[in-house]
Amino acid sequence: MQRRLATSVLLAPAGLWFAVMLVLPLCFVLVFSLGERGAAGGYVPAFTFEQYANLPARGQAFLNTLILAPVGTLLALLIAYPLAYHLAQGVGPKWRTMLLILVIVPFWTSILIRSYAWIFLLGGQGVPALIEWMGFGAVRLINTRFAVLTGIVYGYLPLMVLPIYVSLERLDRRLLEASADLGAPPLRSFLQVALPLSLPGVATGCMLVFILLMGEFLIPAMLGGGKVFFIGNALVDLFLQSRNWAFGAAVAVTLVAIMLGTVTFYLMLMRRLGGARGNVDLI
Amino acid sequence: MRLYALAVFGFLYLPIAIIALFSFNAGRHASQFAGFSTQWYGKALANPFVMEALWTSVSVAFASALIASVFGTMAALALQGMRGRVRAIADALIYIAVMVPGIVIGIATLIALVTLFGWINPLLARLAPEGAAPQLGMGHGTLIAAHALFSMALVILILRARLEGMDRALIEASADLYAPPLATFRQVTLPMIFPGILAGFLLSFTFSFDDFIIAFFVAGSETTLPIYVFSSIRRGVTPEINAIGTMVLGASLVLLIAAQLILRRGRRAAGKDGG
Repeated sequence: MQRRLATSVLLAPAGLWFAVMLVLPLCFVLVFSLGERGAAGGYVPAFTFEQYANLPARGQAFLNTLILAPVGTLLALLIAYPLAYHLAQGVGPKWRTMLLILVIVPFWTSILIRSYAWIFLLGGQGVPALIEWMGFGAVRLINTRFAVLTGIVYGYLPLMVLPIYVSLERLDRRLLEASADLGAPPLRSFLQVALPLSLPGVATGCMLVFILLMGEFLIPAMLGGGKVFFIGNALVDLFLQSRNWAFGAAVAVTLVAIMLGTVTFYLMLMRRLGGARGNVDLI
Repeated sequence: MRLYALAVFGFLYLPIAIIALFSFNAGRHASQFAGFSTQWYGKALANPFVMEALWTSVSVAFASALIASVFGTMAALALQGMRGRVRAIADALIYIAVMVPGIVIGIATLIALVTLFGWINPLLARLAPEGAAPQLGMGHGTLIAAHALFSMALVILILRARLEGMDRALIEASADLYAPPLATFRQVTLPMIFPGILAGFLLSFTFSFDDFIIAFFVAGSETTLPIYVFSSIRRGVTPEINAIGTMVLGASLVLLIAAQLILRRGRRAAGKDGG
């Protein structure tokens, strides 16, 4: 009895916080998405699916996100995998911890400043000037899809490296040795032993990067210059400029629904892969 | 292979290094290096808008990290070894808090709080008719509350990993020696989880200090440092932003590396090997 009381007291503040600052706001979004827009913006209570029917009005943002998020995820995977493999199998334990910290740390630093660095690098006086100086003619890099994809890969690489690293680190070296002893060339050992065993890590990394990309705002805002915009940019516009809260709420609910669908697909995939869901330390 | 790793680390750190380099540029133009100077740091630190935004960011980060550490630790202790419905709900909420994108959290918090304040403020006005009634609005308080939510989930996740790795025998031994539960907590549990709490505090502070998107929605008329930087960038790239960015990155790096070292050392001390 006393124990139960202690538990309740310990849980009460956090519970209240999550109820007021998370559950309640999410319920509000759901309710607002069924409402109507007020004459001066904001929200008028109603029960209609009109906002959802109107989603194609922001179709371009959905299209951009649904194309660039998977492409960005794939690029991050292609760059991250060899690095994760090298860290897990080719580096001594002493260096490994240090290098791992070096991979994680940028992820926790300001994505705003890190994207700004790319404005600086890809802007007129940066890489394009260098390319022109080398005699390849004038190119424009900033405010293009290329710039946005660069920012995406740069920002989310650590999140991709980590889960793959964890799955490869657990890999029993003796399996690779056995494969080599049986006469398999290195590439074949990799394709038939290491790669299949690392698939759970690959799936986790892709899922994490993809769902975070779905909600991205800063990178397209800074490197896409209004030409390459995501759902997140549409949301900022709807809430802070057009003040169309009901429609914005419907866009937000749709975004969360796509993310939930992704997570469900991931969980089903993991069950099939049979991999343990392994705790990935992002911190 | 090693060369490839080197190239990727270069990709991760070179842009940061270039920002830092150009923050010491003596020239007025952001991208032509015209000699070494620290004048932009002086300019940034003498700019009252920067200092005000910095103060807002630091105070919000400190308050939200403190709230998150205290309440998050309490919740993690309560959830330790718990099963059943309460645990399932708690786990679901923690994952939702971490996984739902910041932009949705920001929007949801904005519309919920604006609506709630719209209901509460007239009531407050009626309670104190002299016009002295406090009016609730978006600002410092809502920033702290919104940041504390994510940070609390973070602290609970960090401490849960630590509490699971903790040797239960120590607590049982303490109880066998007739220590009351509170004394056991103070003398056995707390010292073991303290590195986790400290690391959680540092990570929470960094998260809040660096967050742009949630603050963008819930800050009201307040300006945090990331909001200030974002709106300055829209007006153009200047060496002053490079200086501010370098300081922000430098501060985050110090806090983050401290948190990593504390966590890793703590993990080894708790007998749970691994990186």
